[in-house]
Amino acid sequence: MSSDAMAIPNATAEARPWVEVVHEWVTTVDHKRLGILYIVYALIFLVIGGIEATIIRIQLIRPHNDFVSPQVFNRMFTMHGTTMIFFVAMPVLFGFANYLVPIMIGARDMAFPRLNAFSFWLTALGGILLYFSFLGGNGLYGAGNAPDVSWWAYAPLAARAFSPGPSSDYWTIALLVSGFGSIGTAINLIATIMCLRCPGMTLNRMPLLAWLNLVMSGMVLITITPLSAAQIMLLVDRYLGGHFFDTQAGGSAAIWMHFFWIFGHPEVYVLIIPCFAFMSEIIPVFSRKPIFGYPVMVGATICIAFVSLSVWAHHMFTIGMNSYANSFFAITTMCVGIPTGIKIFNWLGTMWGGSIRFQTPMLFSIAFLFQFLIAGLTGIMMSSAPFDWQLSLSYFVVAHFHYVIVGGIIFALFAAFYYWYPKITGRMLNESLGKLHFWLFLLGFHLTFDVMHIPGILGMPRRIYTYEPRPGWETLNLIVTIGAFIQGIAILVFVANLIYSYFKGPQAGNDPWDAWTLEWSVSSPPPDYNFAVIPVVASRRPLWDLKHPEDPDSRYE
Amino acid sequence: MSAVTSPALERPLEWKLPYRGKVGMACLIIAESAIFTIFVVAYLFYLGKSVTGPTPREVLETPIFFTICLLSSSLTIHLAAKELENDHRKTFLILWGITILLGALFLFGTAMEWHRLIFEHGLTISTNLFGTTYYSLVGLHATHVTVGLVMLTAVLLFGLADRVGVEQSARIATLSMYWHFVDAVWVVVFTVVYIVGR
Repeated sequence: MSSDAMAIPNATAEARPWVEVVHEWVTTVDHKRLGILYIVYALIFLVIGGIEATIIRIQLIRPHNDFVSPQVFNRMFTMHGTTMIFFVAMPVLFGFANYLVPIMIGARDMAFPRLNAFSFWLTALGGILLYFSFLGGNGLYGAGNAPDVSWWAYAPLAARAFSPGPSSDYWTIALLVSGFGSIGTAINLIATIMCLRCPGMTLNRMPLLAWLNLVMSGMVLITITPLSAAQIMLLVDRYLGGHFFDTQAGGSAAIWMHFFWIFGHPEVYVLIIPCFAFMSEIIPVFSRKPIFGYPVMVGATICIAFVSLSVWAHHMFTIGMNSYANSFFAITTMCVGIPTGIKIFNWLGTMWGGSIRFQTPMLFSIAFLFQFLIAGLTGIMMSSAPFDWQLSLSYFVVAHFHYVIVGGIIFALFAAFYYWYPKITGRMLNESLGKLHFWLFLLGFHLTFDVMHIPGILGMPRRIYTYEPRPGWETLNLIVTIGAFIQGIAILVFVANLIYSYFKGPQAGNDPWDAWTLEWSVSSPPPDYNFAVIPVVASRRPLWDLKHPEDPDSRYE
Repeated sequence: MSAVTSPALERPLEWKLPYRGKVGMACLIIAESAIFTIFVVAYLFYLGKSVTGPTPREVLETPIFFTICLLSSSLTIHLAAKELENDHRKTFLILWGITILLGALFLFGTAMEWHRLIFEHGLTISTNLFGTTYYSLVGLHATHVTVGLVMLTAVLLFGLADRVGVEQSARIATLSMYWHFVDAVWVVVFTVVYIVGR
């Protein structure tokens, strides 16, 4: 659906046979087209993952429901988690990075265009493999099709004895393949940012989006790889009879948890740092002020990246580590709050005294600030080991991390969609539909995830297929499911807006938001070569300098 | 579109950024190091945890000769890259060929060792935890040596066709970074498996 919509800018010159258009998109090495491919690919998987979430919520709408079978329920939450993290969040963020980073630093393409295409198609292959399991996963009779070991596939559940048939292997290989794709993109982004900046763009003048994506890519290099290593070990166990996670032969189930969470926790920051990057570009433009505390912002990001590498075992307080390990991971986890708090204050400082324009991107950004703060606060609650012993594996945890991922990452992504859609397609998104989308999604989000904390505190465990009718549980779960449906409707409004505005939206022009970074200096959509003449910059806001030659930033920096 | 060039400034005189191949290779090396770290950690964690034999002390023999081969190949590839920078194509090719030979010799050593372990001591990847961790760690390294040898051989073939000159020296230097990394990893694997592990 939207892939057709996205394919059209290409056909503006003259109508060409569709085979030719498809061929051009499949063989492209242009960073902008690959960015769009990533984004469209992620949007398709967003809808699929959303449908899976809806199935989970319908099953839990009332006690003793049997909308789906327990086996299907297990597959649904496994596929929902895996899809949303690896085939929605990662590709959509890589898509934006791919599209924006080269233009924002004044380059004509990424450092390795063919590696870029290769990485995208690896990621695409990963997603297709994962979903092919629905068809091809039926190995042994009754073994089940799609993976059902949950998105972290703890040992020994993922061992051959307990997950017969190839369904878990689809999960393993899909993540391994898409992981290699992510590493390729990360290498590409770092090389682009280090080697292709336009003259005058010192690291100190780079847009924060490029800076934060640089830090994110560095994290990808050292966090995705432990997962790849662990997946290789799992394959050795399952196919070659190895004993890495085989407790009967002296192996350890806990070491899988360590390896998984050494990846798993920094992964959250891999996802959220690009969202910080969107905020750092959007909030200044809509507050009509330069970003407050640019160097501190960069420093805080690097600080988060470092600290986040030493917090993983806070996912494992309940497995019985010694008190030194518990204290260490509790303290490091709380420390992440410091640089993150600095960032929140920086964005508030940017808004303070600015003349704020409440357009859709800014609405999503403001909601992001509030919600991300609350998500961080429940995170600090969970970081305390005794509190975690009580609430680990309950719906409180589910509510907490959905607050981060939906309330933080998804809201930031919507802000980015409304902000950069005019640049990518040349047309503005409809503002009324945008506001409707915002308010509906805000309502649905809070109905679902605010309320979801309470059944968790009441003791409702995550991943349960159904539950007994208990005081409060029924109403709360009903409200949560209603909120999920409202979010679904909001997403439909958003998709409708994307398609409608593509054809009917007002022309955007080069610079619809009166912004300051280089991507707004070229036409919308940008030409294949981005810049006819490579720009030269003298400050962090080159377009401000151009628009205000009497008072350029370069005088003060 | 009009180019963005602020009126008040001219192109900076010095604008030199690093070579993208080097940066890319450095990133790849960081990523690969993380993979190896996990395998090394697993090896160390599982030391002495096997519930059945054979143990490393019983069956492993330190491959000193083959280690010397691999480590000296780092020297030859370095010299080869230097020769290419000065456009001495013949010496470059000879040194490059020696590098490949030394790498292949090392792989031969690994093959002999595995053959001995499998057929004399009955140690396979599924025998016990030692077998699992040993073959994965050493095998992962051997895979990297193999990939390196394929790339080195490709360069050798281009070189024999007289297609490798001074203009390729940056790329050759990038490739030699990878080879140095493979050698450095062997130092760690050697220490862990043959010194600490026994």
